Amino acid sequence: MPLLSVTDLRTYFHTRNGVYRAVDGVSFEVERGETLGIVGESGSGKSVTCYSIMGLIPQPPGRIESGSAMFDGVNLLRCSPAAARSIRGKRVSMIFQDPMTSLNPYLRVSEQLIEPLLIHESISKKDALARALEMMEAVGINDAAKRIHFYPHEFSGGMRQRVMIAMALITRPELLIADEPTTALDVTVQAQILDLIRRLQRELGMAVIFVTHDLGVVAGLCDHVQVMYGGRIMETAGARAIFNSPQHPYTQGLQRSIPALQPKGQELFTIPGLPPDVSKEIPGCAFAPRCGFAADVCKDRRPLLEEYLPGHSHACVRARAGELSDGPMSLPENND
Amino acid sequence: MTENILELRDVKTHFPIHTGFLVKKHTGSVRAVDGVTLSVRRGEVLGLVGESGCGKSTLARTILQLVPTTGGMVVLNGRNLGEASRAEMQACRRDLQMIFQDPYASLNPRMTVHAALAEPLLVHGICSRAEVQGQVDELMRLVGLAPRLARKYPHEFSGGQRQRIAIARALALRPKVIVADEPVSALDVSIQAQILNLLSQLCREMNLTLIFIAHDLSVVRHISDRVAVMYLGKIVELGPALDVIDHPRHPYTKALVSAIPVPNPDIERTRQRIVLAGDPPSPINPPSGCAFHPRCPYAVDRCRSETPHLVAAGPAREASCIRLSEIS
Repeated sequence: MPLLSVTDLRTYFHTRNGVYRAVDGVSFEVERGETLGIVGESGSGKSVTCYSIMGLIPQPPGRIESGSAMFDGVNLLRCSPAAARSIRGKRVSMIFQDPMTSLNPYLRVSEQLIEPLLIHESISKKDALARALEMMEAVGINDAAKRIHFYPHEFSGGMRQRVMIAMALITRPELLIADEPTTALDVTVQAQILDLIRRLQRELGMAVIFVTHDLGVVAGLCDHVQVMYGGRIMETAGARAIFNSPQHPYTQGLQRSIPALQPKGQELFTIPGLPPDVSKEIPGCAFAPRCGFAADVCKDRRPLLEEYLPGHSHACVRARAGELSDGPMSLPENND
Repeated sequence: MTENILELRDVKTHFPIHTGFLVKKHTGSVRAVDGVTLSVRRGEVLGLVGESGCGKSTLARTILQLVPTTGGMVVLNGRNLGEASRAEMQACRRDLQMIFQDPYASLNPRMTVHAALAEPLLVHGICSRAEVQGQVDELMRLVGLAPRLARKYPHEFSGGQRQRIAIARALALRPKVIVADEPVSALDVSIQAQILNLLSQLCREMNLTLIFIAHDLSVVRHISDRVAVMYLGKIVELGPALDVIDHPRHPYTKALVSAIPVPNPDIERTRQRIVLAGDPPSPINPPSGCAFHPRCPYAVDRCRSETPHLVAAGPAREASCIRLSEIS
């Protein structure tokens, strides 16, 4: 049985300007100890998916319209608040993109670190502090005995992200959700943090959902990758398969537009047009208006995410019918 | 033979730090740019890379004289910008334009795109009011936007389109040099590719000189002819983009290149990584000798006392490390 199984999750935001379908029918599973990467551009619904699982969607305007997220037999989306609290922050933790704003500036790091322990475990403050100190050392903060009493502003960005990680992992969670944890950091610091997450995951045997827009990070870290676009999953496969044999035109286009994968100076492939407007109902494939392979069937009927090879699924009717080798149809205009 | 259009000679930009509430005391300075010497050839694309706080944005602002220079000279087309009068400076600004990182903040929300593009044309007297419409239309087409969109306001455009407008505005005066400060880092991958293609196409067609600042080495490698790597206000390595990024000589460039994840699982999982310890030091109180020595895996005692200078490190390449010959 998978550790987390999300089925048909739909999270909509009801605003004055209409209904934004941020997550529109997403299903996936995470096994124990596995790393799942969620990749997508801004507005693709990758963060909202995580926030929905963690119960962090502000309601209103947000509303979880349908779906379930079964974590070890408990539906995180429909269970009682008390049951959710006993899981969130203890068995499922989250780290956020911006370490500058996700720590409380008024509290010493020590108090923030022991808070989850005091809430979730019957433990004395002294023992909790000892655990916190141990965790600070585990995430590689030198001179931890002294610096545990610092305030967040006394740490640099990379160090703050380490504190965030220590705080998330102090209860030894079974699942860690990391929402772009390295996007705000410099590459040399990013390398440190990725190493740290990799090492701690091995030691604690936890599963990780890693949200990012950087395909390079995914390549080094994730077992499975799912590509999101317009609130839907376009393709999901093992990391190697996603890079070596992408099936969906969006995944292919994404790869061809990264400078790192192209010979120098060659004109980059561009996906024409703009990301979809999720405030309007999209009856067909969300990518169809920008897709060079789109046919009438793509615009009329929503394609389902179906298995192509074991462990490799995609949502493209034309790829499934083997019609993509014919080459792209006429490309839509790159304007407006 | 190509000539140098822009020259920086030992440029320094320090920001004073004042403490005290009523009586301000000068207690030190942030050495954001600390002795940069660099020549930029006409028509070349120079990439400037480094981590946050290394002074690359301050260097950009110094080149445009948007911040006062503490020392050294910025020479554009043979003219020292530091000594130019207001009127001379305004004439120089026609040749020197900037594109900023955040297309949401760099356009005036209360001006239509037409007004934003027409303003520099009128201020500099490039064309009469009657000709403005035609010029604006041409600029819009140049950056791949439909001219009729010029009646709209910036908020009606997406991030990528706004960056196109910012580029159009920088091109309005037909400048010779454009300084682009992280022009694609706020954009998504698919949009980033569009802007990169546009920039390199414009450089080719208009024989522009582009100083391209970024922290993403793969983007810089793609677009630049030469690349300069900065660390703590100084250039530590300089040379042809492919050579520097594929075969770095300076230990910092080596670490920087190795820190970038490769989007290929087969390579990424097997390659050797150099993970630097610690964070970049503070430019208020830089380490003695080589500023990189506290994080450098090759550092010896000599690095603590001896200040390295840029020395030749191969064809058309320079690097500033005293152990260059020993470590390669």
